[in-house]
Amino acid sequence: MFMFEKAIVGSRRYWTWVCGLLVVIAVAFLAYLRQLQVGLAITGMSRDVTWGLYIAQFTFFVGVAASAVMVVLPYYLHDFKAFGRITILGEFLAIASVTMCALFILVDMGQPMRVLNVMLHPTLHSMMFWDMMSLGGYLLLNAVIALVTLGAERKRVAPPAWIRPVIIVSIPWAVSIHTVTAFLYNGLPGRSFWLTAILAPRFLASAFAAGPALLILLCLVIRKVTWFDAGREPIQKLAVIVTYAMLLNVFFVGLELFTALYSQIPEHVEHFQYLFLGLHGQATLAPWMWTSSVLGVVSLGLLLVPSMRRREPVLAVTCVMVFVSLWIDKGLGLIVGGFVPSPFGAVVRYVPTVPEVLIVLGIWAAGFLLVTLFYKITLSVRAEVAAS
Amino acid sequence: MSISRRGFLGAAGLSALALASKSTLDALGFEAAPQEPTSAAAGTRWAMVVDPRKCLDQGDCTKCIEACDYAHNVPHITNPAHEVKWIWKEPFEDAFPFLEVDYAPEAFREQPVMVLCNHCDNAPCVRVCPTQATWKRDDGIVMMDWHRCIGCRYCMAACPYGSRSFNWGDPRPAMASLNPDYPTRTKGVVEKCTFCEERLAVGQRPACVDACPARALVFGNLDDPEGEVRSLLRARFAVRRKAELGTGPAVYYLV
Repeated sequence: MFMFEKAIVGSRRYWTWVCGLLVVIAVAFLAYLRQLQVGLAITGMSRDVTWGLYIAQFTFFVGVAASAVMVVLPYYLHDFKAFGRITILGEFLAIASVTMCALFILVDMGQPMRVLNVMLHPTLHSMMFWDMMSLGGYLLLNAVIALVTLGAERKRVAPPAWIRPVIIVSIPWAVSIHTVTAFLYNGLPGRSFWLTAILAPRFLASAFAAGPALLILLCLVIRKVTWFDAGREPIQKLAVIVTYAMLLNVFFVGLELFTALYSQIPEHVEHFQYLFLGLHGQATLAPWMWTSSVLGVVSLGLLLVPSMRRREPVLAVTCVMVFVSLWIDKGLGLIVGGFVPSPFGAVVRYVPTVPEVLIVLGIWAAGFLLVTLFYKITLSVRAEVAAS
Repeated sequence: MSISRRGFLGAAGLSALALASKSTLDALGFEAAPQEPTSAAAGTRWAMVVDPRKCLDQGDCTKCIEACDYAHNVPHITNPAHEVKWIWKEPFEDAFPFLEVDYAPEAFREQPVMVLCNHCDNAPCVRVCPTQATWKRDDGIVMMDWHRCIGCRYCMAACPYGSRSFNWGDPRPAMASLNPDYPTRTKGVVEKCTFCEERLAVGQRPACVDACPARALVFGNLDDPEGEVRSLLRARFAVRRKAELGTGPAVYYLV
């Protein structure tokens, strides 16, 4: 397989990490077999909160996948050379994220063996069909782009000319995957929490903050554990991107809050009330949502002060805060909050169960494993090129 | 059932066109389900009228629910989170949250009303289903194919009425008595009321309607101006659940 031999040669530390991930994946797989046998009854979902952690994680990682465009666009459209060394890291992160998305969807299906019915009976009026198409296309685009550009780098030649239009197409395509994902929730008449035109822009803003924040952290880790240093400039530029995106994200959330709270229409207010204050004595998500808000505001403050942003240890902590804040907001609150209160006004508690969390962790481990393998291959190729 | 299904798939790429395409389907020669109150001129649009007052007079009566549950092998799951419900009771103020009834008599606010699938003209569940496992028949019934459903539960997110149930586990152990004439479901699929399409097909009324001792549930053809449904709607004021969402529900409640 394509340069895969580079992934099976590594240090003891490398293998410990890979084996650790494999163990987590194996445990999750056992939990999933149990879910296949018993049904989704083993999760915390219910007839009122019909989507939970699985779909919320899916939504979050569509964002991480889309954020590759934040390195691809400056490099290929604006010839921003500093990103040359990390563009492929962004693309491989996108591939791993889309794969995670596919897994999150699969584990959420009641009848996973029938999932190809979506392709067998293409339904143009269903946003889920379009989401599957756009995510599949994005995976294919990034796989082709990453393999072709890395292959060229290995042979020390310029990438073939035909790849450029493919890369250009991948830019609006990245925007499309998160827009269509927002449309999944956007047009449902009874779900006021999602019935807001700012949802897709908000998704994109949070994606373009969380994704590059993760990429910064990955670059810092790579610098620590390998010979490869992405360099100071690309990390600082990514930090500026995170700053703008986080600013937009906080602004968009503010718009949501104003519209709901100033209009005081109960069905719009109730969801925020449930998330932040609790409703009918139920406040399961409130500590999470406040954590998310505080982390969001504090991290934005740190990002906005150049002297803070430029200090890499501070930046690293800030990026963790950004990531955690947005993960709670989108990977937890956004989906569950849309279902509570229910169409009958019921406030139903949703808490993920142990097997559900194990399955989620397994998919995270699978994502980490893919990123590890891809980055290992990339760095080995680069080491080889540098040595010769 | 299969004829109507093909009719739907053939004639309507977009579910929104389903209603508009009624005449097209007629022109193509697709048969509508047998009509109870026959009207040659108009088509058939099945609908139900619920009279909550008559229902209330029966006290704790659950005959319609029992008849439906037996007819369709609806499991009796004790965990409320995993319940499967086709027709059931909800307090009036919860079934009609947009009708602010703060100063109405308490008995009225908390009065239970029968709720079920509204078989919407413009059904959000049909619009979102990625496999057409739920679709709209030309006689108005929103149908389900339990063999095609992938269990994504998008229809449940889309339904503004909470009318759909998912089989979180295997429903069969939770069935007290089994009706051999109707299929059971497997785990991992969504189900709901089908207006008893299997009974309509042989000229019978829905099981709940037949079971009601007070005639609180009236079923008939909305397109027949002389039919019982239209006569009732002419005679008394009726509301529909969340009609302002543009879904066009076909279950009317007399007030």
